Amino acid sequence: MSAAPDNTTDTTDTTDTTGKSERKFKQIGSRPIRHDGLDKVTGRARFGADYTLPGALQGVFVRSPHAHAKILSIDTSKAEKVPGVKAVITAEDLPELPMTWVSQGPAGVDVGANQRVILAREKVLYHGHAFAAVAATTREAAIEAGELIDVEWEVLPPVLSIGAALADDAPILHEGQMTEGAGPPVEGDTNITNQIVFEGGDLDAGFSEADIVVEGVFETEMVHQGYIEPHACLVNAREDDTVEIWCATQGAFGVKGEVATLTGSDPQTIKVTPTEIGGGFGGKIPVYLEPAATILSRKAGRPVKMTMTREEVFRGTGPTSGSKMWVKLGAKSDGTIVAADCRLDFEAGCFRGSPVGAACMTTLSPYKIPNFRLLGRDIVVNKPRVAAYRAPGAPIGSFAAESLIDDLAKKLGRDPIDLRLQNAVEEGDRAKYGPAFGPIGFKQVLEAAKAHPQYKAELRENQGRGVAAGFWFNAGMQSSATVSVSQDGSAVVRTGNPDIGGSRASMALMCAEELGIDVIRVRPMVGDTDSVGYCDVTGGSRVTYATGMAVIDATRQVIDHLRARAATIWNVELDSVEWQDGNAVAVNGSSDISSDKGSLSLEEIAKKMGATGGPIVASASVSPPAAGPAFGVHLCDVEVDPETGVTRVLRYTVVQDAGKAIHPTFVEGQYQGGAAQGIGWALNEAYLWDEEGKVENASFLDYRVPVASDLPMIDTMIVEVPNPLHPYGVRGVGETPIVPPLATVANAMCAATGVRFHALPMSPPVVLEALENAD
Amino acid sequence: MAKIRVETTINGDAAEFLCAGHQSLLEVLRDDLGMTGTKEGCTTGDCGACSVVVDGRLVPSCLVLAAEAEGRAVDTIEGVADGQKLTPVQQQFLEHGALQCGICTPGFIVAAEKLLEKNPDPTEEEARYYLAGNLCRCTGYDKIIKAVLDAAAVMREEPA
Repeated sequence: MSAAPDNTTDTTDTTDTTGKSERKFKQIGSRPIRHDGLDKVTGRARFGADYTLPGALQGVFVRSPHAHAKILSIDTSKAEKVPGVKAVITAEDLPELPMTWVSQGPAGVDVGANQRVILAREKVLYHGHAFAAVAATTREAAIEAGELIDVEWEVLPPVLSIGAALADDAPILHEGQMTEGAGPPVEGDTNITNQIVFEGGDLDAGFSEADIVVEGVFETEMVHQGYIEPHACLVNAREDDTVEIWCATQGAFGVKGEVATLTGSDPQTIKVTPTEIGGGFGGKIPVYLEPAATILSRKAGRPVKMTMTREEVFRGTGPTSGSKMWVKLGAKSDGTIVAADCRLDFEAGCFRGSPVGAACMTTLSPYKIPNFRLLGRDIVVNKPRVAAYRAPGAPIGSFAAESLIDDLAKKLGRDPIDLRLQNAVEEGDRAKYGPAFGPIGFKQVLEAAKAHPQYKAELRENQGRGVAAGFWFNAGMQSSATVSVSQDGSAVVRTGNPDIGGSRASMALMCAEELGIDVIRVRPMVGDTDSVGYCDVTGGSRVTYATGMAVIDATRQVIDHLRARAATIWNVELDSVEWQDGNAVAVNGSSDISSDKGSLSLEEIAKKMGATGGPIVASASVSPPAAGPAFGVHLCDVEVDPETGVTRVLRYTVVQDAGKAIHPTFVEGQYQGGAAQGIGWALNEAYLWDEEGKVENASFLDYRVPVASDLPMIDTMIVEVPNPLHPYGVRGVGETPIVPPLATVANAMCAATGVRFHALPMSPPVVLEALENAD
Repeated sequence: MAKIRVETTINGDAAEFLCAGHQSLLEVLRDDLGMTGTKEGCTTGDCGACSVVVDGRLVPSCLVLAAEAEGRAVDTIEGVADGQKLTPVQQQFLEHGALQCGICTPGFIVAAEKLLEKNPDPTEEEARYYLAGNLCRCTGYDKIIKAVLDAAAVMREEPA
C-alpha cells in the first residue's frame, strides 16, 4: 500500500511560548496520514446518502408555501391514493409535546419546539417549514403525493426582520409569549423570548472617566453553515419495535435521544450508526429527517431513506442568526478601555434559541474593561429556526466590538495590536460572564501576530490591512473511549465521536504516544450507539480535548495491564515494572528477573495475553466541566476596486493558541477553514428574502460561498500555551478561527477605503454605494 | 413509462443499464450502479462534488442525462487509482491533509486529475481557477491547492 504514514516531525510553525516543554513527545505534533484518508480519496468512504437497504422507500418532506400561517386542516386522502405511496404523516402522527424552554447554562432546549421544527403543528412559521412527510417507492411518487395534500391555511403577515418583530403592532409568532430573563420589562405578548444581561463595575462612572468614546450600530444577515453534504438518513423500523438509523450527524447519541423523545419511543429500542459526515459546523447537531423517517418507516413497515435537496438544506436547516447590535466603547487617552455598553439583538428564527447568550459572553471578554453592560435579546422571526454554527454567536458580536476597537486605535493614533495588548486579558482576569481565565495565550498570540512578516508587508493604492481578535470557550462535556490490544500487539481505539475533520488520527496519535508504538499500529474507529460508551456531540471544539482525555486515560489503564502481565511473566511485583517506549522494563535492581532481556515488548506481551489473564481492554470516561479557551488574532490584506466594489483578499494569516497541536496539519486546516468561512460571511454570504419571506437564493449559485479562486493561501501560526486541564495541554481549535474574520476583513476594508462598514456582507454593490456616499 | 437501454463504458469496462429519460447520470451511477464515490451536493451543477469525466470532458454528472452516456466513456472516482496504486494526486491529498470531512474530495480529485492532464505545470492561479467549480467548505482550499501543485511536480518527476 502506498499510503504509508509519514511520521516526520514537522512542527516548525509551532511556537511554544512558555519556553518550557514539560514532556518530550515522540508522535504528538507529527503529521501521519489519517487512517480514514484512503477511503476518502478513492470514493469508498460511505456518507449519509450512500446507505440503502433492500426495499427501502424514499421519504420526502412537504413544505409550507407560506412564511406564517395557521394550519386549519390537513387532508392527506388524495396523497395516500397515489400509486407507490406507502405512508403519509403529519404532526398528528407524533405524540404532542408542549413547548417549554428548559435552560441549560446560557442556552437551553425546548423539545416541543424541536418537534414542531420536524413537522409543524398549529402553525407554519417559515417559508419551507415541513408540515407533512411522504414515503413512496420512488421519490417522484412521494413528491407527487405531497403536492396533493390539501391544507386549509389562515395566512398571517410574516415577521421578517428584528425591526418588524419589535414593532408595536408586530404580529406575534407565539401567542402568550412573555419575555423571560433579566433586563428592561416587556409588556404583554411579544416576539422577544428572552433577555440576558451581563454587567460589572459602574457604567456611568466608566464613561465619565473616558476621554474618547466610539459607538456604532452593526447589522448582519442570516448565513448558512454551508456543508457540502445535504442531510441524509436511512431508517429501518423493525417488526419488534426496534429502530436502526444510519445518518450523517455530529452526534449519534443525540440522534438516539432526540428520536426517542420526539417520537415517544423507548430509547433502548433505537440504535444509531453515524456514517461518515460531509461537514456540519454545528448544523448537523439538530435532527430533522430522522424522527419523520422513523414514523414513516413504522407506518409503512419498510425501511425509509430520506435525503434533502440543496434547496431544502438552505430553506429548512441551519442557519445562524441575523443581528442588529449597538455597541459603545469609552477609553482614556492613554488607550485604556474603561467602559463598554452593548445591546445585541439576535434573530432566533421561528423558535427561541439564538446564540445571543454566547455572543454576550464572548464579545467583550478578550479585554479587561472594568465597567460594562451587555444586554442580549433573543427575537423570533418567520425564518428557519437557527442551529449552531461554529462558535455560535461569537463572530457576530465580535464583528461589532472589534470594528470599534479598530476605530478607537485610529482615533488614538495607536497600532491596533498594541492597543489590544494594552487591554488584553491574561491569567487571573475575569471574563465578562464571571469566571477568571486560567493560563491563556491571548498576549502571546498578539505578539506573534505583530511579529509576522505580513504585518510589515508593503501595501499599495486601494489596499489596506486589518487585524482583529477573538476567542471561544471550547467545551468539555461527556466522552468515553475504549482501547483494546490485539494479539499482534497493535491496538484499537473506539469512541463515539463522528470524525468530521481528522479526529481519528488525533485519537490514534494520543493512544500511540502513550503506548510507545507507531501510530500506524493503532486503528481508530467510530462506533454506533450499541458499540461504544456515551459520547456527546462532535462539536464545541471538544473532541481532541475531552474524548482525547478519555483515550489517554484508557490507554494508561491498558499500560497498567501490560505492566501487570510483564510482572506475572517475570514473577515480580508490579512496582518493579515500568512502561518505556512500547516495552515493559524491569526496574528496582531486577536481579530476581528470569528474563535475560530485562524488557518485554508490547508484541511479546500481547502474544502471551491468553496465558497471563486474557484479553487486554480498558475503557475510560470523562466529564470535564470546563475546557481551555482559545484566542486567535487574524491579519488580512485586501484590495478594494473603487470601480467595481470588488474586494480581493491578498494575504491572510491566522495566529491562534492551540494549547498543544496533536496533528498540526489538521490544526492548520481548522484555522484555514474557519478563516475561509468568515471571509465568505464578511464579503458575500447572506440569505436574501422576498416580501413573503421566501428565501430567494437557496442554491450554491446564488448563495455564494468562497471558491478556490476567491482566496489566497491562508498562512497559519500555531502558538502553544498549554491548557493545564489536558494531559498534553490541548485546547480545542475548531471554532475560534471563525470569530475574528468578519471584523478583520472589515478593518482591512476600512484601511483600504477610509469607509467604516457597519453591515454584512460587504458585497460589491454595498461597497460601491458606500464609496459613492463617502465621496 | 418505457425505460431507455444505455450501453456505455464506465472506468474502461463495458456497462449497460436501463434508465428513465429524466434521470441524471449521477442518479444512475449512485442509485442503480452502486457507485457512490461520486457525491451529490446540489444537483444544480454548482458544487462539483459529482464531477466525472465523459469522453475526456470534466462535467458535473448531475447535469448529464444518464441516457447521454450511450456510446461514451465515463470515468469516475472509482477508476482513478491504478489498481492498488494511488495516483500522485490522491497521494498528495493524503500527505497534505487536503481533506477534512472528505465529501468534496472525490470531485476535487477527478477535477484535479483532468487539470494536470491538460496542464502538467499549472500556476497557483491556474489551479485555483480550474478548480473554482468544486466547493470545499472545510479547508479554505489552501492544502488542496498545495496538494495539486505538488502532485503536478511529482508527475513531472520534480522534487515536490
